[in-house]
Amino acid sequence: MSTMRELSKISVRNLDFYYGDHQALKGNTLDISEKRVTAFIGPSGCGKSTHIRTYNRMYEIYKGHRATGEVILDGKNILDPAVDAIELRMKVGMVFQQPTPFPMTIYDNVAYGLKLKGKMGRSELDGRVEDALMRAALWDEVKEKLDVSATALSGGQQQRLCIARAIAPEPEVILMDEPCSALDPVATLKIEELIDALKVNYTIVIVTHNMQQAARVSDYTGFFYMGELVEFEETNVLFTRPAQRRTEDYITGRFG
Amino acid sequence: MKLRSMQQRHLVNRLVFGLSAVASLLGLSGLIWILTVVIHRGAGAINWSFLVALPTPPGVAGGGLANAIVGTVLMTAVATVLGVLIGVLAGIYLAEFGRANRFGTVVRFCSDILMSAPSIVVGVFVYTVVVLRTGHFSGYAGSIALAIIMLPVVTRTTEEMLKLIPDRLREAALALGAPYWKMTLDVVIRGARTGIMTGVMLAVARVSGETAPLLFTALNSPYWSRSLNEPMGNLTVTIFNYAMSPYVDWQAMAWGGSLLITAGVLLFTVGARLLLGRRKAS
Repeated sequence: MSTMRELSKISVRNLDFYYGDHQALKGNTLDISEKRVTAFIGPSGCGKSTHIRTYNRMYEIYKGHRATGEVILDGKNILDPAVDAIELRMKVGMVFQQPTPFPMTIYDNVAYGLKLKGKMGRSELDGRVEDALMRAALWDEVKEKLDVSATALSGGQQQRLCIARAIAPEPEVILMDEPCSALDPVATLKIEELIDALKVNYTIVIVTHNMQQAARVSDYTGFFYMGELVEFEETNVLFTRPAQRRTEDYITGRFG
Repeated sequence: MKLRSMQQRHLVNRLVFGLSAVASLLGLSGLIWILTVVIHRGAGAINWSFLVALPTPPGVAGGGLANAIVGTVLMTAVATVLGVLIGVLAGIYLAEFGRANRFGTVVRFCSDILMSAPSIVVGVFVYTVVVLRTGHFSGYAGSIALAIIMLPVVTRTTEEMLKLIPDRLREAALALGAPYWKMTLDVVIRGARTGIMTGVMLAVARVSGETAPLLFTALNSPYWSRSLNEPMGNLTVTIFNYAMSPYVDWQAMAWGGSLLITAGVLLFTVGARLLLGRRKAS
């Protein structure tokens, strides 16, 4: 990890995570670079989703889920209960595995996060909604039907809508938990192009099952196995010259 | 193992199909029979004065059930306000906050018990705690009894409908920084509102046909009630009284009332089904 010269946005130190008595993360330590794409790979159940769900404290709505250690965002340990989860989540947006359009119109979906931030004039709101849909590469497909229910869109469109909804309130970090696993190859390509365009402004952390995807979209890649962060490196290094035997076995398809 | 001949299998298949077809036909014919008789005997009794006039003594022509119709509608409306308000809130609690905790489990269990409680028991209960305390029968007491019957139905349907909303939708709203209550209102309830409405309409349909709980609470009255604080005329108890009477014209009135209430309940139920169908289609 000596190669990391960039500004780190999130510093994770000795992060442990428990589902009740079961320990799902063991001493994860790493730095997420600002305005870069970081990918986490690993077999199912290895803890990669669990790991990123600590960045916005999503786990805490469930009983018995708890994290110890430090996740430092802009100098503050966000695992500290004194940090307001609502404020945190406005800074750290999230896109989920399945598209999650709210049961309302396309416009209201994108405007939802903006309205949570505070009162805004109609024209400003219109502008920000348009801008977000534009950047999510969805504007041309929906501009004529902003007042149509979002559930009427196709799966790929719904996922881009969710990305538009996540970026509309201008978060600093965007977490993506296997954002393409429910999409076809064409829609997947669109999302990948989108991630590439978004990293100019946002720090992006993506969890993926698909190693080619990690290789294509990310600058840094972490390999998780059984709750441990086995290796964390620049993407091209990790995929060409892995330092760990377990990483090599995984990326060459010998297990997992 | 001996293989049975194809012929034999076809025979068994046809037999089972035939039996189940006969069974469903029997069930359906019961409903159609009731509807035909009620329409046949009731339609003649329904006319303008039936809808707008007060009851008359037996043998006096031109009477109606206006006060009973208004009473039933009024008490059902008050019961709906009470039952829906408490029931929907309780359903929200069960689905959003009390999924696994002890209090939630207790509430859910009690709600299920209440759902199967005979309505006459609810009537007697309200008689004891309201009618005996206030010293007289009243529309309020009737409404309370009906509300108690509605309560578990509304609570459990609301809970079930809210639970149908996937957790990932809740997480998506929270991930944007929505407070829990706002997420519940904006996303969960909005997503489940058609389902909740359906539950409410079915509950209304269910209680508007109840007789036993009103017998001990609202009693009945042949006059206009000045307020809900007096005994109140209602269709079901009137039907009961008139049908038991020896007077032919009263018996005809009872048929008319039966038709009216059947049509009302049917309309509500069909409406609820249509709503639910639309929800599933979307």
